[in-house]
Amino acid sequence: MKPILLSGGTLIDPSQELNEVGDVFITDGKIVGVGRSIEGPEEADVIDCAGLMISPGFIDVHCHLREPGREDVETIATGARAAAAGGFTAVCAMPNTDPVTDNQAAVGFIVRQAQRAQSARVYPIGAISVGQEGKALAEFGEMVGAGAVAVSDDGKPVASAQLMRTALEYARTFKIPVIDHCEEPTLSAGGSMNEGIVSAQLGLKGIPAEAEEIMVIRDILLARLTGGHVHLAHMSTKGSVELIRWGKDRGIRVTAEVCPHHLSLTEESVRGYNTNAKMNPPLRTARDVEALRDGVKDGTIDLIATDHAPHHYDEKEREFADAPNGIVGLETALAVIVTNLVETGHLTFSDLVDRMACTPARIFNLPGGSLKRGAVADVTVFDPKSRWKVDASQFVSKGRNSPYDGMPLVGRATCTIVAGSVVFRSGIPARGREKMNRTRG
Amino acid sequence: MTGTLGKDLLGLESLTGDQIRLILDTAEPFKEISERAIKKVPALRGSTIVNLFFENSTRTRISFEFAEKRLSADTVNVSVAGSSVSKGETLVDTARNLEAMRIDMVVIRHSASGAAQFLAERIQSNVINAGDGTHEHPTQGLLDILTLRDRFGDLKGRRVCICGDILHSRVARSNIWGLTKLGAEVAVCGPRSLLPNAIDEFGVRIFDRVEEAIEWAEALNVLRLQFERMTAGYIPSAREYNRVFGITRERLDRAPRDILILHPGPMNRGVEIDSDVADGPHSVILEQVTNGVAVRMAVLYLLAGGKPELAEAAKGGSGRGREDRE
Repeated sequence: MKPILLSGGTLIDPSQELNEVGDVFITDGKIVGVGRSIEGPEEADVIDCAGLMISPGFIDVHCHLREPGREDVETIATGARAAAAGGFTAVCAMPNTDPVTDNQAAVGFIVRQAQRAQSARVYPIGAISVGQEGKALAEFGEMVGAGAVAVSDDGKPVASAQLMRTALEYARTFKIPVIDHCEEPTLSAGGSMNEGIVSAQLGLKGIPAEAEEIMVIRDILLARLTGGHVHLAHMSTKGSVELIRWGKDRGIRVTAEVCPHHLSLTEESVRGYNTNAKMNPPLRTARDVEALRDGVKDGTIDLIATDHAPHHYDEKEREFADAPNGIVGLETALAVIVTNLVETGHLTFSDLVDRMACTPARIFNLPGGSLKRGAVADVTVFDPKSRWKVDASQFVSKGRNSPYDGMPLVGRATCTIVAGSVVFRSGIPARGREKMNRTRG
Repeated sequence: MTGTLGKDLLGLESLTGDQIRLILDTAEPFKEISERAIKKVPALRGSTIVNLFFENSTRTRISFEFAEKRLSADTVNVSVAGSSVSKGETLVDTARNLEAMRIDMVVIRHSASGAAQFLAERIQSNVINAGDGTHEHPTQGLLDILTLRDRFGDLKGRRVCICGDILHSRVARSNIWGLTKLGAEVAVCGPRSLLPNAIDEFGVRIFDRVEEAIEWAEALNVLRLQFERMTAGYIPSAREYNRVFGITRERLDRAPRDILILHPGPMNRGVEIDSDVADGPHSVILEQVTNGVAVRMAVLYLLAGGKPELAEAAKGGSGRGREDRE
């Protein structure tokens, strides 16, 4: 493996309060030098980063890679490459696959497929309940032993408070977060968008904000009861931000994530029955977007995750109420955040790197999240000023279902390094990338 | 290519007050055709129209079919029981197949909100929404408004209350849009469990009690209560609904004025409306049905590119839309 010298970029690393021009020198999969005017050895691959930002690699703790079961829509390999193209050095794959990732063999399969992909790291998330049926607890211990980093029944809420309580208690042994998709199922049944004036006008059954908030406060109270760590997925409402703030003020072990789409779009995007604006939780109101932006700024919301959810195009090409939930997000996340939160003054680039790299690593106890000497060399280089127009047909992901298609955005990953190997460099076609990939143990 | 209404009629939300008035004005001369011995004019001769009904309908389908036949169009009725999803073929495939048969217009009724727009965006033929889910039913709204206009003249400032299940009613939505665009004052009345939570933002008055609505209104549009609302738990029973929200003779007798009674049909007599009201002197329910044919003729004629000022002449066969479309 050739040493790499990232030369002359702006180093953004909140883990050591770094925000200055400098170099990063990488050897044997580790960061061995950070600072000014580093002289690499003759054989080093020197990457000129003038005008670019160098940060710890982004980590997406919430995506759906569809393998096993729907390899026509995405595979672990295509998902990992899409992640790398979006500047992510690692992603966590949700267990709502077919069959469900609810045992050590299924977890092991994902670990092996990820190794074969040789791109961004993929960490499996195991199911909370067997078959995600909300009844019997899955074998957390064995799944963690096989490589699972958290448990979740995502895609479905944990309807039973008793099951959620047990999961939070049982997970403490393994020191993993229990991730909940907060949705009170009797209140949301049949809904396909946010409940409000737009749903009333379009004649679509709505999902009230309260369907999420009821479960948010339930989970926070269960975390208080059990001392377990609950991580709340894809928060979408103002009320949820307020409830999380309440929980954190009391020292309850609750962490939370928000998706780029909930920070940038509202229910207005659904008008015209746009199925690429259909996801669960649904796009909410401008009031909610504003509260979520404040929440991610002040740390109430800990991190940003994509909820990348590819679907086949003809599954989305149908009546709105019948179309599946979800959008792809790995290749637009950085730009959506730069465009809608950094350029608007809500977040600094340091905040962005903290919410997309450092905090995910810390909360999920994953390698990376820092450019400190000796840290694993998972590094993202991005152009903070690059202006580009989203063209979904050019995504590395197999998914094309993006509400941002055709939209002008700012900010783009230019180079993604995992364990000291370049897994993505802009301008290099997908085929060529595979050849330069390293082998990982 | 397209007439003064654009390519399609998907709802009244997207129309201006002037466009709505144009349809109503165009319907006037068409009313007379249905009174003739020979109820046929050649305005749409040579046009092919498909009535594509994914939901059961008797009244609306027959009304469209009469409107089409009285304008001399060739029509085909396609009834697909249940939604397209359960039947295998997707709506987009249905659309492509229709397009391939080179038809001129599609009248679509579908259980999914947005289905008419979905179809309209994918085919070049004119699309008329004959009811999409709980979204809109524009020709019903237009015929209701035409019936009110026949009685009231100008609708500006007139007080119309829509009673019943607003939450699930496409008729209610089309009426609210159409009436407010023509300057009428609109109210809704029904159990709160059958009103959209965001009803405040519709710009309509809300009555929790039907007695208050009767006190205020000059016309009541009484919606059909779907029986599945009881099984889904929105209200406890039809009996209680009639007791609390039913339009009864006793309640109307206490009104400070005569109130016009509309109902889009089919009626549940003794549930949302009592028989002596439905059959009473102020009921215009059958006028609505008659006006339905005229309004649909007007919509078909205008979408086909017919000149509104030629509608009168079209009755004799000289005004034509089709050639103008090419």
